Amino acid sequence: MVIKDLNTTIEKTSMDKRMVNWSDRIFEVFEDTKVKTGISTLLIVTSLALPYFASNYVLEILTNAYFYMILCLGLNIVVGFAGLLDLGYAAFFAVGAYTTGILSTRLGINFWLTIPFSILFSAIAGIIIGGPTLRLRSDYLAIVTLGFGEIIRIAARNLKITGGASGLVGIERPIFFGMKLYQNQHFYYIFLLLVFLAVFVSYRLHNSRLGRAWEYIREDEDAAEAMGIDRVKFKLYAYITGAIFAGIAGSFYAVKMTSISPETFQFTQSVNILAAVVLGGMGKIPGVIMGAFILVMFPEIFRSIGNMRMLVFGIILLIIMIFRPHGLWPEKNN
Amino acid sequence: MAILEVKNLTLRFGGLTAVNNLSFNIEENSITSLIGPNGAGKTSVFNCLTGFYRANEGDILFLGKSIKKLKPFKITEMGMARTFQNLRLFKYMTVLENVMAGMHCRSGAGIVSSILRLPSQRQEERRIRETSEKCLDFVGILDKKDRIAKNLAYGDQRRVELARALATQPKLLLLDEPGAGLNHDEKMQLIALMQKIQEQLGITIVLIEHDMGLVMNVSEKIIVLNYGQKIAEGTAEQVQNDQRVIEAYLGKEEEEAV
Repeated sequence: MVIKDLNTTIEKTSMDKRMVNWSDRIFEVFEDTKVKTGISTLLIVTSLALPYFASNYVLEILTNAYFYMILCLGLNIVVGFAGLLDLGYAAFFAVGAYTTGILSTRLGINFWLTIPFSILFSAIAGIIIGGPTLRLRSDYLAIVTLGFGEIIRIAARNLKITGGASGLVGIERPIFFGMKLYQNQHFYYIFLLLVFLAVFVSYRLHNSRLGRAWEYIREDEDAAEAMGIDRVKFKLYAYITGAIFAGIAGSFYAVKMTSISPETFQFTQSVNILAAVVLGGMGKIPGVIMGAFILVMFPEIFRSIGNMRMLVFGIILLIIMIFRPHGLWPEKNN
Repeated sequence: MAILEVKNLTLRFGGLTAVNNLSFNIEENSITSLIGPNGAGKTSVFNCLTGFYRANEGDILFLGKSIKKLKPFKITEMGMARTFQNLRLFKYMTVLENVMAGMHCRSGAGIVSSILRLPSQRQEERRIRETSEKCLDFVGILDKKDRIAKNLAYGDQRRVELARALATQPKLLLLDEPGAGLNHDEKMQLIALMQKIQEQLGITIVLIEHDMGLVMNVSEKIIVLNYGQKIAEGTAEQVQNDQRVIEAYLGKEEEEAV
């Protein structure tokens, strides 16, 4: 009896192993440098050429996907690289969007000039949330960031300057060297460029002294501190960098939509971004991009099943998390 | 000259006094052992020295400056490095990456220079890598630098931790039970390595150790703790013959008779 049990356990574990190996192997193929450059070149060329033959609908969806990729890459610095749970990330995106919205509608400042302010204010928001909370450990940090996200949204709904519940409307479209940017293609390219920039910055940071410091803190805070790493300072850096990603994305979101309202920055927004990061694989840049892509694409593809799609989406997320607990495309060592 | 001066150090956890009015000096470029029965407060002393615990009373002077109120990373920056009783490696990172952590406080690239990969940043990265490799070579495991830390044999993991501490370029090295879990041969190698660190790098070493063979072999001075208090201090011979030390380890004779 015992032996039989043991046998089935062994069979089960070896089967589990095979399954894991099978799915791991898919992504291992992509780890090969040649395959990697090949696929990334193909993706870049396709994404650059797409506006010449794709419909407006496809472009719109993809632009939305790019937008979420930027947000996810930003959150990935906080959650993936530094290992800090953040349930209020949409707040930083709101700060960027409102900065551009307020400066351009109320003060008539040129869109491009609002971006530095967006960066500044989202960085300050990062410091405000980071400073007092970074001494907290994961669960408490999650609660505080959640609260912070809600504070920003509720403040936006009740302040006069943010236009209250109806938000801001009539945000000027940006002018780029005399050309007014308003078509789908324009924003498609802008967001694509921002994705490239976000990926570039993410890689550079990841492979630097800063990226390593985040990894040390994530792995073992005390040991990192004993090695001379100021954990509060570097966690703050992670928050600030992540906040700036979201701030810039928010600015461009504001001019793309021409109107923003507090309801865009609800808690579910933060959760969606976090879900995409976890789903794709925390800390893994291509994984996170894939997570964001799935997050946007899935509801579109399954539009025909109506309200059922969120249920199906939830179930699929659950299944993925059971079989790939570290995300679809996790970091090598975990 | 004393590199470290501990003056009337007292640490309490609620009603429990873990370290009680402890004073001692550590001479530069010496090897000192801190010994005592389990729960004598040895690791607590280390945690006070490195800033992980804040002492209730007394003072700690490192290189003539008080470090009692400094945070651990500041103390490491000043030149005090430590290893942990239970290995605290970054398990899922490579051996080299682990050691590079030690170089963090000896480098300074920030966000902008990292993103732009400025020449100064690239040069610094090269220096970090080279120094870390040197440290690995020093402890004798350079050939394992690309392995994931947790996959290494236990003895080698201990060496990684030592290399990581050396990479901070310390003046004073605190080793918390460096011999724990090592076999006889590995312990002999550890003794040789500690002497090499002392002689070639001029680093002062303080270690906590339970293996008396190792302690007697390597230490120039031994400090014995019991219930957070210093009960003896001196050379191996002096300590071995001290009545209070014998009592602390073996119990009093009268008690045994009863």
